Amino acid sequence: MSTYYAGLFADAGILLLGALSVYIILATGQLSLGNAGFMGIGAYITSYLTVMVGIPLTPALIIAAIISGIIGVIVGFPALRLKGIYLAIATLGFAEMVRSFLLNFDTMGGSGGFHGMKHVTVGYIWIWSGGILLLVMILERSRIWLEMRAVHDDETAAGLVGLNTVAIKIGAFGFGSAIAAIAGGLFAHHHVYIEPGNFGFERSVDFVLAVILGGSTAAPGALVGSILLVFLPEMLRSLADWRMAGFGALLVIVLLVRRQGILDRALLRRLTFSKAAS
Amino acid sequence: MKDWLLQLQKVSKIFGGIHALSEVSCTVPRGEIVGIIGPNGAGKTTLFNVITGAYLADSGNVLLDDQFVTNWAPYRIVRSGIARTFQNIRLFPSMTVWEHLLVAQQHSGSIFRRLLPTAWADPAACERAEEVLDFFDLTAVRDREARSLPYGIQRRVEMARAVTMKPKLLLLDEPVAGMNQEEAENIRQLMLRLRETGLAILLIEHDMNFVMNLCSYLYVLDFGILIAEGSPTEVRNNPVVLDAYLGQDADA
Ligand SMILES: Nc1ncnc2c1ncn2[C@@H]1O[C@H](COP(=O)(O)OP(=O)(O)OP(=O)(O)O)[C@@H](O)[C@H]1O
Ligand SMILES: [Mg+2]
Repeated sequence: MSTYYAGLFADAGILLLGALSVYIILATGQLSLGNAGFMGIGAYITSYLTVMVGIPLTPALIIAAIISGIIGVIVGFPALRLKGIYLAIATLGFAEMVRSFLLNFDTMGGSGGFHGMKHVTVGYIWIWSGGILLLVMILERSRIWLEMRAVHDDETAAGLVGLNTVAIKIGAFGFGSAIAAIAGGLFAHHHVYIEPGNFGFERSVDFVLAVILGGSTAAPGALVGSILLVFLPEMLRSLADWRMAGFGALLVIVLLVRRQGILDRALLRRLTFSKAAS
Repeated sequence: MKDWLLQLQKVSKIFGGIHALSEVSCTVPRGEIVGIIGPNGAGKTTLFNVITGAYLADSGNVLLDDQFVTNWAPYRIVRSGIARTFQNIRLFPSMTVWEHLLVAQQHSGSIFRRLLPTAWADPAACERAEEVLDFFDLTAVRDREARSLPYGIQRRVEMARAVTMKPKLLLLDEPVAGMNQEEAENIRQLMLRLRETGLAILLIEHDMNFVMNLCSYLYVLDFGILIAEGSPTEVRNNPVVLDAYLGQDADA
């Protein structure tokens, strides 16, 4: 594999994790536009641990995920009062807070960025991305996932059939934040240089876009969306300056034809034959 | 003394200036079907909402099995044994019938059973769901999404979801509203069979005739006040009830 394609695959793997972090939170009906903030937290904590403290990357990622998960839970509490667009804007505000904190955080380079991380291969990235995708797909067959979908469909009714909706929404936020942090740690160790600008609004939007495009009702949708989002602009190189316009047009067309995204539960059932002909 | 499953003691609920419930006291004995009737806006649904914790009572007490459950969080009340259906069906539109029956059993079992694939981590839950599916005659629509089901079946799914939780008391808010004769009779039979399993039912209904030969005891609400109670025959012949309820609701 040429380094060029390896780089694209690495980007897709990292984007997949970001998309999954949005997907999990979205499964409970909450739209987060701030996951780049958690990604930034993960990137900086992981890099601090490997470069300044000197521990290996894998445990550093796990520690960063746990810390970010806890921050996610803390952020999740005030977010409980908000719904829809208001929640989206609040999470966006959180990510901006993280970014401006990092800009002024001189221990980790501030606006000058931070480096010294050891490069990781695309294979290592995909062990994490594939592993977590698998984990989420297994989770999708559990009752906790049904509880999340119930909260998504009708929160009041969910509470009245006995679900602890607060715990479910907060839990999803925490889990999503942890995964975003792993995306950040991998990003930092793939590009071996980070700066606060890496974790801005556009990246949060990319995560959401990958989920919406690939399909927001099944985890493999995030995979499809991430691959498309990374590789499609490359395939449209022949359009030269019109590349991004062509890409945008394709996005609009896909969403017009399939509002639910490319993959959905029904299509997935047909593809996997997980049910005998019903 | 009788063995009361549910007791309401002088429960009041006020919305702005409206006394939706004024010191309502009533009881449901174990294993019986009790009815609440009353004209539109009488406060029947509000009563359910207070019992299930959806609304906070302004005063009074709710006791289940001699335990105070007044103003508990809804999920705690459900877990202590009260399940309900809604006047306007509230299913989870994107979830299948089967998924409704599984999700309602969330409080059975450890966190690991909830986190792992249900099919192999929790066969007991699947068995229970299968049983209820069968009881409510829903096997044919097992994998259909709730939003794609006809109204009558949605009502049954909602009842089934409540029953999977193994409640001690089932609250049904107008379970046959908008149904034809045959569908309504079907629901009536289901209720009788549920009672045989030992379940107590508190039922809100508009149609006097429907509750007559179903309930062992009736309460009549009007403007948030309990105006009469007694056996169905007593209530039917009570002039106060005829005045407040039947006269006004003659067209229904
Ligand atoms: N959330 C609320 N806010 C304000 N007022 C309410 C609320 N819920 C109910 N009410 C009022 O309380 C009174 C009782 O309403 P409720 O829905 O309990 O009546 P009901 O007996 O169930 O009537 P119906 O037979 O039409 O279902 C009505 O006047 C209603 O407008
Ligand atoms: Mg009502």
